[in-house]
Amino acid sequence: MSILKNVTIGQYYPGDSVVHRLDPRTKLGLSFAFIVVLFIVKGFLPYAWLAALVLLVAQIASVPLKVMLRGLKPLTFIIALTFLLHIFTTRGGVVLWQLGFLRIDSNGLAQGAFLSFRLILLVVATSLLTLTTSPIALTDGLERILSPGAKLGLPAHELAMMMTIALRFIPTLIDEADKIMRAQLARGADFETGGLIKRAKNLLPLLVPLFVSAFRRADELAMAMEARAYRGGKHRTRLKVLKYTSSDFWAFCLSGLAFGVAYYLGRWA
Amino acid sequence: MPIKIKNLSSIYSAGTSFEVRALDGISLDIGEGEFIGIIGPTGSGKSTLVQHFNGLIRPTQGEVLVDGRDLADKTTDLRAVRQRVGLIFQYPEHQLFEETVFADVAFGPKNQGVSVAELRERVHEALALVGLDPDAIVDRSPFELSGGQMRRVAIAGVLAMRPTVLVLDEPTAGLDPKGRDELLAQLKELHSKSGMTVILVSHSMEDIARVATRLIVLAGGQVIADGTPRAVFAQAKMLTEVGLGVPQVTELMLALRERGYNVPDVALTVEEACAIILGLSLRGEQQ
Amino acid sequence: MSAIIRMEGVYFSYSSEADSNPQQTQALQGVSLSIEPGEFVAIVGRNGSGKSTLAKQINAILTPTSGEVWVDGISTKDEDSVFAIRQVAGMVFQNPDNQIVATIVEEDVAFGPENLGVQPSEIRQRVDEALQLVRMSEYALHPPHLLSGGQKQRVAIAGVLAMHPKILILDESTAMLDPIGRKEVMETALRLNRERGMTVVLITHHMDEAVLAERVIVLDRGRVVLDGSNREVFKQVGRLRELGLDVPQVTSLAELLCEQGLSLPSDILTVAEMVEQLCQSK
Repeated sequence: MSILKNVTIGQYYPGDSVVHRLDPRTKLGLSFAFIVVLFIVKGFLPYAWLAALVLLVAQIASVPLKVMLRGLKPLTFIIALTFLLHIFTTRGGVVLWQLGFLRIDSNGLAQGAFLSFRLILLVVATSLLTLTTSPIALTDGLERILSPGAKLGLPAHELAMMMTIALRFIPTLIDEADKIMRAQLARGADFETGGLIKRAKNLLPLLVPLFVSAFRRADELAMAMEARAYRGGKHRTRLKVLKYTSSDFWAFCLSGLAFGVAYYLGRWA
Repeated sequence: MPIKIKNLSSIYSAGTSFEVRALDGISLDIGEGEFIGIIGPTGSGKSTLVQHFNGLIRPTQGEVLVDGRDLADKTTDLRAVRQRVGLIFQYPEHQLFEETVFADVAFGPKNQGVSVAELRERVHEALALVGLDPDAIVDRSPFELSGGQMRRVAIAGVLAMRPTVLVLDEPTAGLDPKGRDELLAQLKELHSKSGMTVILVSHSMEDIARVATRLIVLAGGQVIADGTPRAVFAQAKMLTEVGLGVPQVTELMLALRERGYNVPDVALTVEEACAIILGLSLRGEQQ
Repeated sequence: MSAIIRMEGVYFSYSSEADSNPQQTQALQGVSLSIEPGEFVAIVGRNGSGKSTLAKQINAILTPTSGEVWVDGISTKDEDSVFAIRQVAGMVFQNPDNQIVATIVEEDVAFGPENLGVQPSEIRQRVDEALQLVRMSEYALHPPHLLSGGQKQRVAIAGVLAMHPKILILDESTAMLDPIGRKEVMETALRLNRERGMTVVLITHHMDEAVLAERVIVLDRGRVVLDGSNREVFKQVGRLRELGLDVPQVTSLAELLCEQGLSLPSDILTVAEMVEQLCQSK
């Protein structure tokens, strides 16, 4: 088994729920809107409401909570840092604890908690997007959203194609990196000891072959694509054509409503 | 006894519903100077097995002893083990990275702490062993060589560490018949000249029959046969059942036996088959 | 003009005209051949003989530096017809990974028809049909990186079939596969040829695959040196060895036995044939 196989990247959690079947453009748009609302509203009450919203959608999508929280694991350090930073630096309110020059005020605690919570909601909501939308659907959605820009010279199709290919090759490149690492370890390479600079240098036996291989793959892939008559995005049709359904309409309406409630809860509290 | 394996099991995702026993209770003794072929279908565990020989994979259960040293012991110096047991993966040319052939072949010995003075000797020796002209090639970039040359440079990179056991995973993968013949001949020569223990992992029965003196057959993570090529190929039915074949001439012997001819179970080479069939003719035998 | 592939005096060089030694760098030197619709042709030769270069002339990835290639009546020199040619002549490459573009099998099979501008409902039909032809229908929604080499190559074949080609070119498509994978690919190719009349051009250095083709073309240093039925070609054991190639063990055995005085035909290709011949000669 691979030494590197523990890396998970925005994994798709397959399912057949209403959420899964929504148009990716709807999900992209609503995720974006969610993030905007997250930064506009302030206060625990609206955040609690938004958290409840996320949990509700996760429930409808049949995505288990622990799968959603998986996305937070790599970020625990940053979240903890944010929390600590704010509780120790933000002043105001009642002094809760003091040791020497370290001091925690109630405002600091509130701010730390609030900002960490925001970060958590941000990550969990984005996870929900990638868990319920396959990478292909995501890139299709992005391509459709950006395609009006094509008339202005924005290479929407090419960007989407690049993303699809990158996603497709991530597991393959991880496998390859693993193989190269093993081969170099077998020759006595050391990827673990030494200071930062030494370790970076020690990565050359891994990075150089990986890059060379990636370029070779790109070359071969380009030829294979041309052999299947690829010539860019013009006149290209798609197997799956994105179409809005009534579910999307309801999703927009209900989410809009929910965001409105969050906003007023923020104003009100 | 270079490598001794006792009841080795390698289990992934133990305890979950995805548990996979890549190796299941394997016991093997690999002696000095042997030329062993390990065969098995994809998924039989051959790659996992050989990665235990140099400590790239630690045993989940069981023991792996290299030159008497237990690899599961945390104090065992794995770098020293990797010098003694040289492992060459499939398509080894994909691991080349240095600016010159010299630097790449010297990578292994350098990691061992070989002195700069000795490096030149090692590199030249290793390149000669794989049939390349050291002077013509040491200053060139490995990336401007042909595929076959790159593979040899990669093999030289491991030979330069002067291992006592050389393990090669599908060394002839992707080579044309001539390239394959040359490489196998070179390995055979290397083995007889240096007395190195050579372990070849392969799918190709015909390749292995040509060079190995002992065959170990893996299937489903277990050893299902272990003996001389002749003895192993005699179990043709079992080999076919697990998705392996036997050399064509052995198949021929079996087919002739079914037709009632009194021929040996196994022929390993075309010449042998020829002699057997001529023998039949002379005796005018049927039945 | 009934031939589906026709080459006349094809020369090809990878480097520019300005090379001082044209003889050295010509990958193809005056190749002429014609292949009829429905043929199953194996093109063999050692590394560097030009077989892959030849294959790439058929789908206009490369075009001759002199001479001409016609595919289904269209000349590959005609730049405007390149995509029409690639619809007719589909190619499956050597590295199973480096030809799969999408993250799901059926999306990858759809890639070709999408490029051709086929209507979505028809793409759906073609994808389903192609996957059925290669017996990979149950993997339609699987991610490709979890498939075996043989399965990946079958998906690649499906990707070509979805374009409704007349010619299937397998450019060393089995070189990186294990024996099971090779068997899967060969069985698929033979079935497509037999049951659907697909013209198959198989580039390989595995002789046990080449014997399955009804016609074998041998290349050496950019030239066609042998061209005939598999029997005609493989019985020339000595010649093939000189060319750096192999023959099936039984064919080599037949030659040896003949040398030793046994009266056997020299064009024996399989174990079954050898057994028959030996029994008969008693």
